[in-house]
Amino acid sequence: MDAAMLSRLQFAVAVFFHFIFVPLTLGLSLMVAWMETRYVKTGDEVWLKHTKFWGKLFLINFALGVVTGISLEFQFGTNWSRYSEFVGDIFGSLLAIEATVAFFLESTFIAVWHFGWKKIGKKLHCLCAWLVFFAGNISALWIIIANGFMQHPAGYVLRNGRAELESFRDVVANPYALGIFSHVIITAWMLAGFFVLGISAWHMLKETHREFFRRTFRMAAPFTLVAALLVALTGDIHGKNVSAYQPAKLAAMEGHWETAKPAPFYLLVVPNEAKEENSIEAIGIPGLLSFLSFGDFSAEVKGLKDFPKQDRPPVAPVFWSFRAMVAFGMLFIFMAFWATWQRKQEVPDQRLMKLLPWMIPLPYLSIALGWAVAEIGRQPWIVYKLMRTSDAVSPVPAEHVAITLTGFVCVYALLGLLDILLLIKYARKGPEEA
Amino acid sequence: MLATIWFVLWCLLWAVYFVLDGFDLGMGALLPFLARGEGERRVMYNAAGPFWDGNEVWLIAAGGVTFAAFPKTYAVMFSALYLPLLLLLFMLIFRAVSFEFRNKIDNSLWRRFWDLVHFLSNFVAAVLLGVAFANLFKGIPIDQAGVFKGTFFTFLSPYALAGGVFFLFVFMLHGALWLCFKSQDQLQERALAAVCLLWPVVLVLLGAFLVLTSFYTGTFGVYLERPVLFAIPLVAVAGFVGVKAMFTRRKFLMAWLCSAVFIIGVTFFGVVGMFPNMLISSLDPAFSVTVFNGCSSELTLKIMLGVALVMVPIVLLYQFWAYRLFSHKLDADEIASDKHAY
Repeated sequence: MDAAMLSRLQFAVAVFFHFIFVPLTLGLSLMVAWMETRYVKTGDEVWLKHTKFWGKLFLINFALGVVTGISLEFQFGTNWSRYSEFVGDIFGSLLAIEATVAFFLESTFIAVWHFGWKKIGKKLHCLCAWLVFFAGNISALWIIIANGFMQHPAGYVLRNGRAELESFRDVVANPYALGIFSHVIITAWMLAGFFVLGISAWHMLKETHREFFRRTFRMAAPFTLVAALLVALTGDIHGKNVSAYQPAKLAAMEGHWETAKPAPFYLLVVPNEAKEENSIEAIGIPGLLSFLSFGDFSAEVKGLKDFPKQDRPPVAPVFWSFRAMVAFGMLFIFMAFWATWQRKQEVPDQRLMKLLPWMIPLPYLSIALGWAVAEIGRQPWIVYKLMRTSDAVSPVPAEHVAITLTGFVCVYALLGLLDILLLIKYARKGPEEA
Repeated sequence: MLATIWFVLWCLLWAVYFVLDGFDLGMGALLPFLARGEGERRVMYNAAGPFWDGNEVWLIAAGGVTFAAFPKTYAVMFSALYLPLLLLLFMLIFRAVSFEFRNKIDNSLWRRFWDLVHFLSNFVAAVLLGVAFANLFKGIPIDQAGVFKGTFFTFLSPYALAGGVFFLFVFMLHGALWLCFKSQDQLQERALAAVCLLWPVVLVLLGAFLVLTSFYTGTFGVYLERPVLFAIPLVAVAGFVGVKAMFTRRKFLMAWLCSAVFIIGVTFFGVVGMFPNMLISSLDPAFSVTVFNGCSSELTLKIMLGVALVMVPIVLLYQFWAYRLFSHKLDADEIASDKHAY
């Protein structure tokens, strides 16, 4: 393998691993801040115990999110130096703003929250929880604006052999970035919802701390349902961005080879990349793909064959990731609806309670699939239509990248395993005396 | 002009990073030598506990600013220093998880394992930072296109290794001073004994490093051209003398602050000594990446300056508040009964 492929693998390992920890941070911080607010408002000690119980899980998860984030910032320079030089004027400043505006805030106040229980008053402590929530989510906004520039470059001008900033406003208000951001944030909140539901259901089923966890079950179920519905809605809105700005990605997502007007949507599709067709294509709904892509049943949808071969993304991984993600999304709505339906029952449906703990990994998986669609679907470009991924890699020897890639895989596997075991340990342990 | 302002800010960010993360790196490297028993070890972890994470963000900010204000420097520097930087990264990862994981399982073997990881990761990270910066001062073999022409061993020249040892001891002195401030009783006395030992060692290393610097780098040339800049090393030396004056009077916070001034002085001395270069090519001075050929567009520099002028004082303000909040002396018994402590 060459340095480019190894660097892509290394970045994929690092970014997917990082994003195991980030979504729970984004969503659970909201729920912990809300629990602490309930405690401050009502003085009810049970909410304090909840804050500490879920807060502990939050902290165990947070640690790995931080350290794996730094590795991404390093890798732009170490492995993608030509890319960095080309877009640094814009992309670099977004990362720098993220650090100064959001990340300092998050990491300083998470420490005050963690260690400050006896040092500061209740209200100030609760404010720290909210600051951590806002800082984390704003941090995600800046990072996704940076990603948005790779997906749909805006506000730039090509000068001095690089992309230079022309309008900061256009970079920040990039519709593509805001589309991804809303979809990602809501999904992260939904993931946290399923995390809380799963752990609560596990304890309720075990009859350990039953009353204690009924409270978070009742709180999380409707939250998760609203989030799951918004995930579908924001996904649909963002899908229209993809249709408008990255038609090749859309065609790969749908296994759509021939340009058609109107374009039907097939429920059963098995794409065959070598033959440039679908081996199976059945149960078509006329005009639906046109409608899903452009909100118009008669719109034209460009097919993959209309793009030169060297400008097409690999079809199979994009297609299957997208289908699986959408299927999971429907499952999430169903499960969240079921949980909301059952939330006030004295003894909720046992089948639901047994299933919910097993639901915890699925939002993680679907988020990874979604990012696979976004990033593999953008190929062969690193910056859409401006720079190819193969032109972006650093002039480093492939052996060096192979060494560090092996290091990343080993270290991350070990740390990820330990972190998940610790999460399980503390989740099963239940609340401590406040 | 804008680019020069950013060069100074860039230097300042690194200096603040070294001051803040320097003491927890140094304390980590001193862990096996100073702490006796579980209680004292936990005091050392918790002396850095509420701070290390916020401190490390200064590294992210310094890296981010290099990327934003000097993209070419960032690209060439990070790809040329590929292996040392990723090694540093792994060390910082291990350092972070050693804080987080150590006290999560009640088993002495588990704790001792993370103690070892904590010591090694802090120790190696401190050395690597020194090696990396010494290489910057000295110059590295990069060609016209910014492609690195050396091997991993290119970075391990005598001067670079001297830089690594120098940084390690400066950080250990800085960390021992912080521990004097945060601990009490026997641990404090042992930390003070370490300070008394480390100060003359750093003095000798400082002298040696300056001699080597005049021999291996063009640093002094920059100063001789603009003698007013000699104020920077003078500030550093004043800080260093202040350390001695303060710790002998047992004013440990003041001694630590003097050490901070010393570190800021040393960082500025080295980095300003490269000006206008940011990345010196040892193959041909014409290949060097400078402040002017490696900087971002004027618009980006202006916007970033605005962000920095507003945000950095705010960050410093709330981090100062957080430091004051946790400035109390640590007590082993109190930590043992605190479920939230490391």
